[in-house]
Amino acid sequence: MTALPRDAYDVVVVGAGPAGMAAAAEAATARVSVLVADDNPAAGGQVWRAAAAGPLADGRVLGKDYAAGGGAATRAFAGLAGAVDHLPRAQVWHLDDRLELGLTLPDCGGAAVVRAGRVVLATGALERPVPVPGWTLPGLMSVGAAQTALKAHGMVPDGRYALAGCGPLLWLYAAQAAAAGAPPALVLDTTPRENRRVAARHLPAFLLSPYARKGLPLLLRARRAVPVVAGVDGFRIERASGGVRLFWTRGQRGEDSATFAAVLLHHGVTPNLNLAVAAGCGLGWQEANACFAPRTDCWGRTTVPGVLLAGDGAGIAGAEAAALSGRIAALAALADLRAVSEAERDGRAAPFRAERARWLRGRPFLDTLYRPAPRFRSAAPDAVACRCEEVTGAQVAEAARLGATGPNQLKAWLRCGMGPCQGRMCGLTVTETIATARGVTPAEVGYLRLRAPVRPVTLAQVASLPRTEAERRAVERL
Amino acid sequence: MFRRLPDAAAAARELPFTLDGEPVSGREGDTVAAALLALGRRAFRRTAVSGAERGPWCLMGVCHDCLVTIDGAGNAQSCLVPLRAGMAVETQRGRREVGR
Repeated sequence: MTALPRDAYDVVVVGAGPAGMAAAAEAATARVSVLVADDNPAAGGQVWRAAAAGPLADGRVLGKDYAAGGGAATRAFAGLAGAVDHLPRAQVWHLDDRLELGLTLPDCGGAAVVRAGRVVLATGALERPVPVPGWTLPGLMSVGAAQTALKAHGMVPDGRYALAGCGPLLWLYAAQAAAAGAPPALVLDTTPRENRRVAARHLPAFLLSPYARKGLPLLLRARRAVPVVAGVDGFRIERASGGVRLFWTRGQRGEDSATFAAVLLHHGVTPNLNLAVAAGCGLGWQEANACFAPRTDCWGRTTVPGVLLAGDGAGIAGAEAAALSGRIAALAALADLRAVSEAERDGRAAPFRAERARWLRGRPFLDTLYRPAPRFRSAAPDAVACRCEEVTGAQVAEAARLGATGPNQLKAWLRCGMGPCQGRMCGLTVTETIATARGVTPAEVGYLRLRAPVRPVTLAQVASLPRTEAERRAVERL
Repeated sequence: MFRRLPDAAAAARELPFTLDGEPVSGREGDTVAAALLALGRRAFRRTAVSGAERGPWCLMGVCHDCLVTIDGAGNAQSCLVPLRAGMAVETQRGRREVGR
């Protein structure tokens, strides 16, 4: 594609996961123009990746939530083709408070700028960094990455492999890999024991939520299929012949170790907030999930007028809740555009809100149970904190002792957050490591200030943007 | 580092490409990263700072650790690029070079 069908849309949705697809579907019920721009080759986001046409779309391995829920949602989205422009494999690298978006176009080396009446960010979640010694070695990968290889390509790790960490996705992947005939040889469970006591008081609400029906059988299946070492309070990885060697500790016991072809790590997911921050959206610290998220009102409106946020990008709540929040945000956008009345917006949103509340009931239990221990959220002295610039935990802590108060100062001192990933892999680690070193809260330390371009874009792509004669003269000073 | 489940391997057409000049093949539907992982590749690049070996961490476009050179253009996120027949894929050593 060398050009977009239009240069302005009433609603631009960024991301085609559960929230983005649902937002587009709801927006398309009114007579408005809708664009969905997404990184991926096909709609579905991470959770429903390849659910409509992937190699394991039948659900035998990946489960019926994926096959039925994800399949139906992605097929319904494909059915919107006449009403919604879907731009896959496009990276949105710019959004500003004039609601102008810059995006790269696939396969032509080109780029485009589009103006939006309203923007719905549905940029989803990414996995929390796991800054332990050795996590940058080849053979180490996130659990989410292995699940992507399974969903999109029907691939499993080759040889004996281990999982280490905690969180629902870790158990889901263990169960799915076992169903594919390739269970992990070992699971190191880092769920802090003290979390159970705190989580217990949220258990009744969890049991009343749809998560209980989904999660409990899955957990039992996974735990039956794989050997689990619980109560792991530290681990590290070293290069070894035939793969990598995983070392772990539990309380007073000494260090145990084993060699694996691959080790997959996971410590939960957090909002993917780069585009929202670059657009100027205000952030808040979410203590329950130990992450930052853009502040939103009950419609998903951010602090930037016209920019709404839906799905896990506003706080982790899962695919079903994300889809409902996408519908709610789209209704708010339609009412702002006067495409529906406020009364209609409120009436149509009510059942979505009620259904979303049922899902959210289950979250406090999951959030408190699987909140990674503080020692895993800060970088160990000998662990890489910033993978791009290869900055260690010791360097970050030392800079904090020398007076660096926050991650933005560290950009100038150590370059963390300045590499190609733009802080996605180190942002939370750097904040938590500084907070630990200074003895203050992550909320006081704050987060990286992020700026466009938030995705890699070449000068040639920027130069390919259409420009007016006045713009050319302004630059060339003719 | 990864292997294909038998059903998935049987279903898709083979796509020939080159990896550091060697003729190899992947499958239709692969990303470049998936094809390399199925070929047993663990390290995709050497870092710009220390020259350390790195392989993909996230496979979803976030970590930028799967960067390779594709058809002479460096810094390609191999997890986001669909594999095409005839591609020339190279390990990236350090920074992207000027003109590549």
